[in-house]
Amino acid sequence: MRLFGDTWRYLTTGGHWTGDGGLLDLLGQQLLLTVTALLLALVLGLPLALWLGHLGRGGWLATNISGIGRAVPVFALLALLVTASWPGVRTAGPYGRAGLATLIALALFALPPIITNAYVAVREVPAHLQDAAAGMGMTGSQRFWRVELPLALPLVLSGVRLALVQVWATATIAALVAGPGLGRVITDGFARTQYGEGLAGAVVVALVAIVLELAAAGLVTLSVRVPRLGSTTSSV
Amino acid sequence: MTLLAPHTVRAASEPSCYSRLVNHWVCPSYWHDRGGELRSALVQHLEITVVAVALGMVVAIPLALLARRLGWLRQGVLGLTTALYTVPSLALFPLLVPFTGLTMTTVVIGLAVYALTILVRAVVDGLDAVPPDVRDAADGLGYGPVRRLARIELPLAVPVILAGLRVATVSTVALTTVGSLVAYGGLGNLIADGVRTDFRAELLSAAVLCVVLAVVLDIVLVLAGRAVTGWRRA
Repeated sequence: MRLFGDTWRYLTTGGHWTGDGGLLDLLGQQLLLTVTALLLALVLGLPLALWLGHLGRGGWLATNISGIGRAVPVFALLALLVTASWPGVRTAGPYGRAGLATLIALALFALPPIITNAYVAVREVPAHLQDAAAGMGMTGSQRFWRVELPLALPLVLSGVRLALVQVWATATIAALVAGPGLGRVITDGFARTQYGEGLAGAVVVALVAIVLELAAAGLVTLSVRVPRLGSTTSSV
Repeated sequence: MTLLAPHTVRAASEPSCYSRLVNHWVCPSYWHDRGGELRSALVQHLEITVVAVALGMVVAIPLALLARRLGWLRQGVLGLTTALYTVPSLALFPLLVPFTGLTMTTVVIGLAVYALTILVRAVVDGLDAVPPDVRDAADGLGYGPVRRLARIELPLAVPVILAGLRVATVSTVALTTVGSLVAYGGLGNLIADGVRTDFRAELLSAAVLCVVLAVVLDIVLVLAGRAVTGWRRA
């Protein structure tokens, strides 16, 4: 097929990777966006969700925020933010055109998996362990830092991983509304009927998504050194 | 009264609330004048969503049955569907274009793949949750494997499958908007046009309709689930 030939040629031409607006430039931009938005969402969502989980309140928030996140189309939210007079399409430093609008949308879409997982993780720490901690005379904050958080960590981290992949995907869609990032190669290619170019952008985005997912999964496995509950003898 | 007169005169000559000069977010005369456009976009959106989720379901059930029957396939199927889910939708549609062209089929297949990843897991989990003693009782009553699946296991798995179906449907409604890349995005086409031409009334109306459609379909599924699982209330 001629299209695959075009795609291969696009990807193997060095000039398309380097320079201003080249693939590497856009890749860096999108990674920067993804990481910043994820950090923003972590700072905003994680303490709140962990605290609510510790108190055992606000379950409605944890259960409903995921539903809201699913029902609101990323594309629509991005479109609204870009068209509104604030934050609009102004450039935001290294984040490029419409960078601020994109950052806000990305951070908002990273919140649901982070909040839901962190809340559920803390809530699901078995009651008998909480009782034991209280019986040993631990205060509320001691219980949180020494019992609940270590046991909740795997699930909390899997929420962060989910958010990371989701933010990457969302950052791609930003290009559909004139935003920064690799999605621009795709939308440009389609707008100018250079489908080979569009396909090349899609291949790069998909590959990076899978690499991010695998890297995040690896990091989670490495960082979780807490023995599994209920398996006192086995050490898998 | 003297104050009213000039006011009404100006109102008559004032441009409509969706003209370029005014460009209000909420504009009833836009709904009135362009209602047909909104309606046909909504119909296309609904069509794409329903066909994609139905296609996903049709493929998910045999895949889930295979995964349950063959242990080695289970991890493979669940792993592959998770990998597909990580591919952003804006990248998945172009990857399908060489095979299906710039058609509605491209969007439907892409969305069906995403729905599939949720649905396979839901069907596997639902069938896993059928209590073994119920299965034994069915065997004891002389049910064959096919009849046991159709009459006992699938009906008992309905609540879990339905939960997956709701998640799949609501996310498919949202994802359909991205189909505007290949010009088949239902309400997404209006959103894209709204951004391109800085048309606020069009943009907000389409966005709100998207969310409303998701909520309505979710409620329909909940009600349908209640009707199907009447035994749960008994």
